[in-house]
Amino acid sequence: MRNQITPRDGSEEFNQPASGQSLNNASVLFKFGESPSPEKKSIIRVTSSKLKFTDRLGSWKARWNIGRMRYTVEPGLYSLGDPTEKSHVFVSANYKMSFDRLRSQLKGRDGWILVLDTKGINVWCAAGKGTFGTFEIVNRMRIVGLHDIVSHRKLILPQLGAPGVSAHEVKRATGFTVIYGPVRAEDLPEFIDNRLKATSEMRQVKFEFVDRIVLIPTEIVLVGKWALLAILAFFLLSGLGEGIYSIDRALSDGLFNNLILLYVLFFGVILTPALLPYLFGRAFWVKGVWLGIFCVIEAGFFFKTHPDLFPGWLSSIAWILMGVATTSFLAMNFTGSSTYTSMSGVVKEMKIALPVQLSAAIAGLCLWVVSRFIH
Amino acid sequence: MLALQYIPNVTTLGYDPTKCNGCRKCIDVCPHEVFALVNKRAVIKNLDACMECGACVGNCEPLALSVVSGVGCAYGVIMGLLKGTEPTCGCDEGSGSCC
Ligand code: SF4
Ligand code: SF4
Repeated sequence: MRNQITPRDGSEEFNQPASGQSLNNASVLFKFGESPSPEKKSIIRVTSSKLKFTDRLGSWKARWNIGRMRYTVEPGLYSLGDPTEKSHVFVSANYKMSFDRLRSQLKGRDGWILVLDTKGINVWCAAGKGTFGTFEIVNRMRIVGLHDIVSHRKLILPQLGAPGVSAHEVKRATGFTVIYGPVRAEDLPEFIDNRLKATSEMRQVKFEFVDRIVLIPTEIVLVGKWALLAILAFFLLSGLGEGIYSIDRALSDGLFNNLILLYVLFFGVILTPALLPYLFGRAFWVKGVWLGIFCVIEAGFFFKTHPDLFPGWLSSIAWILMGVATTSFLAMNFTGSSTYTSMSGVVKEMKIALPVQLSAAIAGLCLWVVSRFIH
Repeated sequence: MLALQYIPNVTTLGYDPTKCNGCRKCIDVCPHEVFALVNKRAVIKNLDACMECGACVGNCEPLALSVVSGVGCAYGVIMGLLKGTEPTCGCDEGSGSCC
């Protein structure tokens, strides 16, 4: 079997699958160089544990959502190093960052990587949706003909894929035993050297400072489009006032109000992830209220030293209402990025938070419009 | 570091110890150490840490576990309400990082 795989750089394909090829017939490896009959082939792509500059650039772009392209790799079987029929099989998602994270931890090792078609979504999210799941594992194993490539009957899955997978059903359908690896790819080498045993430490999902900070770019992109709309709206609305409307005022007051808005967004988007464990309360909307209060206190100090900039009490109260509603909402939204919130908990907090946030925001906006006319 | 704990007494996790065969699978897959093995049976040692991901339920062969699983994600819950579907998150957009 060894001579069928000629190591190459990158992840080039040896052969394209013939269209309409039946899944069951794909299970025999063809010899490289031989002209394969259409029903006797399977593709193995070659990859390595080395991340190139473009891989790193790619994940940076994906975090910032640049290009809005799907950051994917082809589903299928990959060989890493110089694997034999006895080498481990690691299962991954076809989100390139998941795949890169896995292979970069396998330095100096030989193995197979079975990439599932998760529609370009990472393991954790795809498992929640079921695309990283029993069905696709069994399906992909048949497509690549894994039974004939390895002689053992073990699959190593990332633990975070478990919500989509039933290990016993995979076993029943394929005879392969599912072994759940560690949560973090960094622990893989130790896990492998430890004869595929994960410590309880490796099994826990953490949400530490670094884990939270790397989410900030995505949060900025998510909030960004709404923020742009709000900025535009504040420029437009700031023209209101004495004499009904003034373009000059739209620009100057618009700028001032948008600076306040950006300041509020900074607290909500950047400080929520950064300060999460230190904000009092378990419900995220409560944590956000604290951020809003910090915002107000800071602004208070600022206007104390710059009284000429103070926009008046009415507009200040309006901004306090809108600001606290915004930071509270943004913090609540961060439940989506956190790794420990349950749906029951989110629903429970939203039932209280949404009405509070909405009424504060609407009251604030009304007051603010009124404050435009009463100076 | 301060431990992050979410809202208590809400999880829908259910467990019937009489069906447990002590296979340890739930201990392996749970990302928040909800279970421990005592006398060859799983016990729930930290119920409030459960995030309702459903990993344990799907891997428990004798069907000893149950949960109403879903996304712990406010955006997902809002979208679910608006579209009248199950709560789902924005992963479809290919952002690749969400819930
Ligand atoms: S997975 Fe089910 S049967 Fe196995 S230890 Fe846990 S509760 Fe018991
Ligand atoms: S649903 Fe998830 S978090 Fe809750 S006990 Fe099961 S595996 Fe653990």
